[in-house]
Amino acid sequence: MSILDAAKGAAQATIQAAMGKLVPLAPDSWIPGGIPDPLIRRQHGVIGAALSRLDGPLKVQGAARFAAEFPLDDMVYAALAYATIPRGRIAGLDVAAAEAAPGVVLVMTHHNAPRMNQPAVFGSSPEAAGPADLPIMQDDRIHWNGQPIAVVLAETQEQADHAVSLIGATYAPEPATTSLAAAKAAGPQPGLFMGQPLRNEIGDAEAMLAAAPHRVDQLYRTPRHNHNAIELHGATIAWIDGGLVVHDASQLVSAEAATLAGVFDLDVAQVRVTSPYVGGGFGGKCLWDHQILGAAAARLAARPVRIVLSREGVYRGVGGRTLTEQRVAIGAEADGRFRALIHSGIAAMSPHNNMPEPFILGTRSGYAADSFSLSVETVTMNMLANTFMRAPGESVGTFALESAIDEMAVELGIDPIALRIRNEPDKDPTSGLPFSSRDIVEAWRAGADRFGWAQRSATPGTRREGEWLIGMGCATATYPYYRMPGAAARITLGRDGKAVVEVAAHEMGMGTATTTTMVAAERLGLPIDAVEVRYGDSIIPGAILAGGSQQTAAIGAAVIAAHRALVADLLKLAGNDSPLAGLSADEVGCEDGGLVKLDEPTRRESYASILDRAQRETVVAAEEASPPLELMHWSMHSHGAMFCEVRVNTVTGETRVSRFLGSFDCGRILNAKTARSQFRGGIIMGLGMALMEETQFDERNGRIMNPSLSEYHIPVHRDVPEIDVIWTDIADPHTPMGAHGIGEIGITGVAAAVANAVYNATGKRIRDLPITLDKLL
Amino acid sequence: MSISINGALAELPQDPRVSLLDFLREDLHLAGTKKGCNQGACGACTVLVDGERILSCLALAVQYDGRAVTTIEGLAEGGVLHPLQQAFIEHDGFQCGYCTPGQICSAIGMATEARRGAASHVTADLTAAVTLSREELQERMSGNLCRCGAHNGIIDAIGEMVAAELAA
Repeated sequence: MSILDAAKGAAQATIQAAMGKLVPLAPDSWIPGGIPDPLIRRQHGVIGAALSRLDGPLKVQGAARFAAEFPLDDMVYAALAYATIPRGRIAGLDVAAAEAAPGVVLVMTHHNAPRMNQPAVFGSSPEAAGPADLPIMQDDRIHWNGQPIAVVLAETQEQADHAVSLIGATYAPEPATTSLAAAKAAGPQPGLFMGQPLRNEIGDAEAMLAAAPHRVDQLYRTPRHNHNAIELHGATIAWIDGGLVVHDASQLVSAEAATLAGVFDLDVAQVRVTSPYVGGGFGGKCLWDHQILGAAAARLAARPVRIVLSREGVYRGVGGRTLTEQRVAIGAEADGRFRALIHSGIAAMSPHNNMPEPFILGTRSGYAADSFSLSVETVTMNMLANTFMRAPGESVGTFALESAIDEMAVELGIDPIALRIRNEPDKDPTSGLPFSSRDIVEAWRAGADRFGWAQRSATPGTRREGEWLIGMGCATATYPYYRMPGAAARITLGRDGKAVVEVAAHEMGMGTATTTTMVAAERLGLPIDAVEVRYGDSIIPGAILAGGSQQTAAIGAAVIAAHRALVADLLKLAGNDSPLAGLSADEVGCEDGGLVKLDEPTRRESYASILDRAQRETVVAAEEASPPLELMHWSMHSHGAMFCEVRVNTVTGETRVSRFLGSFDCGRILNAKTARSQFRGGIIMGLGMALMEETQFDERNGRIMNPSLSEYHIPVHRDVPEIDVIWTDIADPHTPMGAHGIGEIGITGVAAAVANAVYNATGKRIRDLPITLDKLL
Repeated sequence: MSISINGALAELPQDPRVSLLDFLREDLHLAGTKKGCNQGACGACTVLVDGERILSCLALAVQYDGRAVTTIEGLAEGGVLHPLQQAFIEHDGFQCGYCTPGQICSAIGMATEARRGAASHVTADLTAAVTLSREELQERMSGNLCRCGAHNGIIDAIGEMVAAELAA
């Protein structure tokens, strides 16, 4: 980090600290969400309906066009060569045979790559999307085992793949830290997440732990994981009139465009990133080296380029979730009340990125206790930059915390649900802020009833069918409500009574286009088929990251702002001859394709009539969302109660999940059909994390050993039981539509629910994931 | 040398290294068939060859001279979706939609296999006609990976198709 960056960071921290003191004290009405979104009151519209995806017909016909499917004239294909040492220099590169191979157009290495600026690393500014604080193919340095060292362009993919196999490389290796033991020996560093230290100390937790009549104090381990979206990372790239067009699979089109502009010394307006469909993201589909290398090679060759990473290439060049080692210690009274809650440990990072897997985030707001000691420290390994993967922090943090709570329930002889409810906080236990909404107890009760929790025997190993031991477990799911700054929306309303809503957002399977259409239609008082949503294009104003489960909230707030501006414009256009004459935007609502006075519904006029009289074809309003101050005013979280039944084979050690229920408290659900799918999807990824997923890392040389879908196991159809999902549907009064993002909470708590069920079945407590057969024999 | 793709004849590629998958996607611009791993591990590239499901990434296009290939683009007829395509929409049998064409083609091939009595790992009675229980469907579809976690909806949709075929 440069001195300038440090100064900027310090200034930012000062402002944040001041805001952090003032915003909590402000009256609710000054805060976004302080006055509830009027849509929350509307109960009989389309919101909450189980609507099929609007892009469904395209997807089931294979007609939705993904990034690597844009046909461009004169296009060439790329293939990458990867380093095979973890750290050092390239001593020699022999590219002669590759250059002479049939069809080859270009071999690009650090010798001939165009000079490019280092991409601004993610987190260094709101627009920064760079994968690491590293130059890309600008010198002979190797920073990880698998770093791209050459790009071949050829007329066909077959020619490129063959030519890249002819490249010879020799290296001058340098000492590298590739084992966790060596990394720990070098000393951990404090973790900083979004500029804030990952540390909370309230009271003397160690002393209170020591004095507590009941204690649990254990170490939990989680391995590396990869996103493994089924769509390979790929892009179709062209330079057109000096500008750069990238058809990408991206979760952050606007930030990616801004970062690419910085890399290639372009004006942001000269870069366009589109991402109409993303074939699964989960945090992985961001900016990595391959898009930059593809653009550089396209510039050198003066040809459009299609660059699609091989499945192995995804593992080499796209980071995943890092490993963690977490201590959770709980000190409790005999009645179950927590005296001390300690959650600390380490996560590995590379020297060139900053993503300290923040596994304590869920613990900060989860339970009441008299004292807390929470911290994440990082250790440094020479490896590919680790990154966000579904519920970064909570996914693995809840495994440790919720396993430990189950252990405490056993220690105390108290039902684990009762123990959790006994420690339910009445305000955020570490920030002291009031919760914006928290109905987790309701979720627990509804879930326990439906799952038949009362049938569970508290004594492990008591339910047996033939070779199979059967057990039940539960865990809390939790994920924050986020809304990031910078979102905008543009609404174009036509005389034909149709509206186009544009947001620089993304569709990776969440159902963004569908729910955005539903919400916009409801807000505009139009039928769904009168609203078209456009998204996934950096030329749309604003920036909306598909991450942190914030997209729904960010879009919601941006559309609220644009809608308000639109109504004000319409009232101006309506003029003095309208039944609405003299009314302000606050006095009218949108219904049946027009404006209506809220408390006098006979005063109304249709959009068509207003625009007709004003002789306008369209009215356009574009606005930015309000700054997300609500996040500093309330403690805002989604919650869930997870229930799992497993069958463990006493002969083979195999664990089968036979039943699973997620009971969620995540605000108002916008689309029952797509929401159910998102919850289930998270839960299924959690089942993978619990039982099979692990990116195996060779500690001798830093190389990933299982870079394929045959050796990195994810759940298949046969592994997935029918997953039951219910929700409270209690609106959060302080969020747009009363909704919360729900893309990530589903994975949280799952691994603990499985591990706790395995304990209930077998009496064996597995504290390192995944729970493979060998650990149960 | 020619091949029939969704009823239309196409010239096979000159380069014998071209997989059927790349031939479809890059030469014919039939990008509905997806590439998820290019090594036979994910099933996204599943197509039907003379009614049989195959992984097009592990098939060389030139091996399929004279054969009839059906891809996801060839399932709807006259603008009307195949019943399984419609069932996928109704049951939300997908999220991102990337594994979907492979799941759908695979399911159609799977049903054909079951009709001719092919057993699976979970078939208890090898002498009886195959009953496509939920467990059988799950087992027989396990070669098609989905990372979004649409498994329940996929099996529900296929179950609906199988039930409709039985009723017919």
